[in-house]
Amino acid sequence: MGFFRRESWNLGLVAILALLFVLTKVVQPNYGASGIVGLAQAALPFAFAAAAQAIVVIVGGIDLSIASMMAVTSVAAAVMMEGASEGQAFWIALFILALGTAMGALNGILIVLTRVPDIVVTLAMLYVWEGVALMILKAPGGGASDWLMGLPIGSIPLPGVPESVSSFLPKALLLLVVCIAVVWVPLKRSKLGLQIYAIGSSEQAAYRTGVPVKRSKVAAYAIAGLFAAMGGLVLTASTGIGAPIPGPYLLASVAAVVLGGVVLGGGRGGLLGPIIAVFILRLVRTILTFLAVDPNVTTIVEGTIMVAVVMVGGVLALRGRRRSAA
Amino acid sequence: MSDERIPLLEASNVTKIFGAVRALTSASLELFSGEIVALLGANGAGKSTLVNVLTGAIRPDSGHVRIRGREFKAASPTDARQSGLIPVYQESSMIPDLSVADNLRLTNTEPAPFRYWLGELGIGQLGLDEEAGGLPLATLRILDLARALASEPEVLLLDEMTAALPTDLVRKVLDVIRSQKARDCGIIFISHRFVEVAAVCDRASVLRDGRTVGNLAIEPGVEDRIVDMMLGGSIDAAAARKAKSADDRAPGLPRLSAKGLSAGTNLADVSFELHRGEVLGVVALEGQGQDELFEVLSGFEKPSGGFIEVEGNKVSFEHPADAIEAGLAYVPGDRAAALLMQRSVRENIALPFSAQVSAWGAIPVKREGERVAEAIERLQIDTRAQGEVRRLSGGNQQKVTIGRWIATGTKTLLLFDPTRGIDIRTKRQIYPLMRKFAKQGASVLYYSSELEEIPLVCDRVIVIFSGRIVDTFNAGDADESTLMRAAHGLALSSAEAA
Repeated sequence: MGFFRRESWNLGLVAILALLFVLTKVVQPNYGASGIVGLAQAALPFAFAAAAQAIVVIVGGIDLSIASMMAVTSVAAAVMMEGASEGQAFWIALFILALGTAMGALNGILIVLTRVPDIVVTLAMLYVWEGVALMILKAPGGGASDWLMGLPIGSIPLPGVPESVSSFLPKALLLLVVCIAVVWVPLKRSKLGLQIYAIGSSEQAAYRTGVPVKRSKVAAYAIAGLFAAMGGLVLTASTGIGAPIPGPYLLASVAAVVLGGVVLGGGRGGLLGPIIAVFILRLVRTILTFLAVDPNVTTIVEGTIMVAVVMVGGVLALRGRRRSAA
Repeated sequence: MSDERIPLLEASNVTKIFGAVRALTSASLELFSGEIVALLGANGAGKSTLVNVLTGAIRPDSGHVRIRGREFKAASPTDARQSGLIPVYQESSMIPDLSVADNLRLTNTEPAPFRYWLGELGIGQLGLDEEAGGLPLATLRILDLARALASEPEVLLLDEMTAALPTDLVRKVLDVIRSQKARDCGIIFISHRFVEVAAVCDRASVLRDGRTVGNLAIEPGVEDRIVDMMLGGSIDAAAARKAKSADDRAPGLPRLSAKGLSAGTNLADVSFELHRGEVLGVVALEGQGQDELFEVLSGFEKPSGGFIEVEGNKVSFEHPADAIEAGLAYVPGDRAAALLMQRSVRENIALPFSAQVSAWGAIPVKREGERVAEAIERLQIDTRAQGEVRRLSGGNQQKVTIGRWIATGTKTLLLFDPTRGIDIRTKRQIYPLMRKFAKQGASVLYYSSELEEIPLVCDRVIVIFSGRIVDTFNAGDADESTLMRAAHGLALSSAEAA
């Protein structure tokens, strides 16, 4: 019972996602393994952006520079990997992850030290990182190592599992799950994870109970930077080049966070919800494309879904609370 | 008490200035192990600032804090904790979105001793998986205390710990606090209730205007001297006079009548009349339905049964604005819920006044200014920090919430525990103000958790127990013990009421 109540939002999202899959199949009976693999590949950078945004929102902040950080890490990876050997490319990838973490940490340090509101600092950094990306690479270019490009492409050939089943398991999904889990699972169990939730829930109470507020905040922004760097690498991997102009990942990340049950203002939610939300939003797009709906209408539908889900969720949560109180 | 011993905690000549406000000019405090010292002072005297200095949340401008004779420079609450100084603040420090168990993990508190103290404090059955934000305020305060005790503090700092607690819990808390003396723990106890101070404290240290003005042992009869010290002799004691009897009640239709009001499961069939020129007291223990009564009367909640009449006309409120329109102004117990904390005193007082202006009209600044100035004058609001209401002391904030309605010319005030956590000086200003307000023909419904003030302010008093009115008294006959018995539902049989 406790599980269902705690995870009610995520379960609801999974239900919506399942419903959307059914709908997709109805609209486009051919939709199958390749469609799902394609969906996961398309969702991948959005999912990392959402994870990055989620952790910052949980700590009570917001990061407007996520898409720009993805651009910087993407072009940095593309420039460094062009002509590099496979072995070198591995170290370059690690360096890019460290770079992203450092960029996120810088965001956090500026916020904590200057006491300028997070929305202002990260807005400024959005422009700074955008400029940096263009300085690294003036036009789309560079290259990507073959193994990196292979990471998110295709399905997982599991030994002993018939291809008719394994072809439904996108590599991109596996990559996403591994990357997020490696960071999030230990964090969620650690003291730092608890402190991040505590700060988002009540910064003053956290400070008074002895939580190192500044350090934990910087850590949260640094982890967001790490996820953004993963997103940047994925961008380079999927296109084989680096693009210095930030993609549509910032607002999409905020949308996924809101839809994913992370409360703006902090303290509540996790990474799973926003990531499921990314898939929901992507799949809605797919359906509308199949239906040949005007792309401009598509965005209207997306916005409507977001408000509707959050509103219905809020009403249900309120009802649940009333019932448990009575 | 041999003064040659090294004090456990010592603060000397601590000063702190916030902008134009001198919060502390020369505060000193000594605490020996095994001792409970009351830190007393009117609101705005600097108690909270001193607490924040001791706990490392604020750095003093000058002065020293020593722990066991060693200079202590707390840069953060973490430093203070590591030195064994554990505070229980005025507001709960439980993180609302975390479970109780996670809150313990956050401070590295062992669950076993925590459970033990919960048991001692009477809520041993509480599940640690409960989310803190869903628990009642009184429970949260107990959790704060239990968590502090579980970490075996050397110095325990209790800031208005008992303010939000019902009477039975207060007794348990006081028992537990007293038991800590045996452990050689030193306790600083802050409370506005003399009864509690007298019950547990050895000494009292009195602050006035940021300065420590006295240190005295607690003994019978010391209350008057403490009050004098706190007030600095500036208050006319006769100001708090006894209320008139109910006989000279103004004739005519009652200003407000409740007819069989019910709300959910907490309020059942409550009927009373509030007349012109009357202050009607409401007495009830925590959670007996008084919250619901005020919410219904102020239009925040619709009654599930019964109705309200204003001047003989049946009214039905869809929205708090309807209640205000009908002349009923609600002053909630939580001042933060009523004030625009970051706006000025002037704007806060003028707020309901500007709401009267048609939505598109310009605000008549001059007339507004006059009314505001008059309200500030009448209420003697301390305007040293008038730029932002949040920087006023609690007492002055409360005056602003009351003042805005007086300035608007409201005829009926619904006051919910207006003196909670307020210093005695402000209280004694509020009592005659309410009397005067009533004398001018207004009506006041006055819920108070402090029984001793009922006879000072009210004409009549109704007692609510378990959602029903169980007794009505003339305030003149309502001494504390009578009210206390009635509030506990004990006087049901004795129908001596008027």
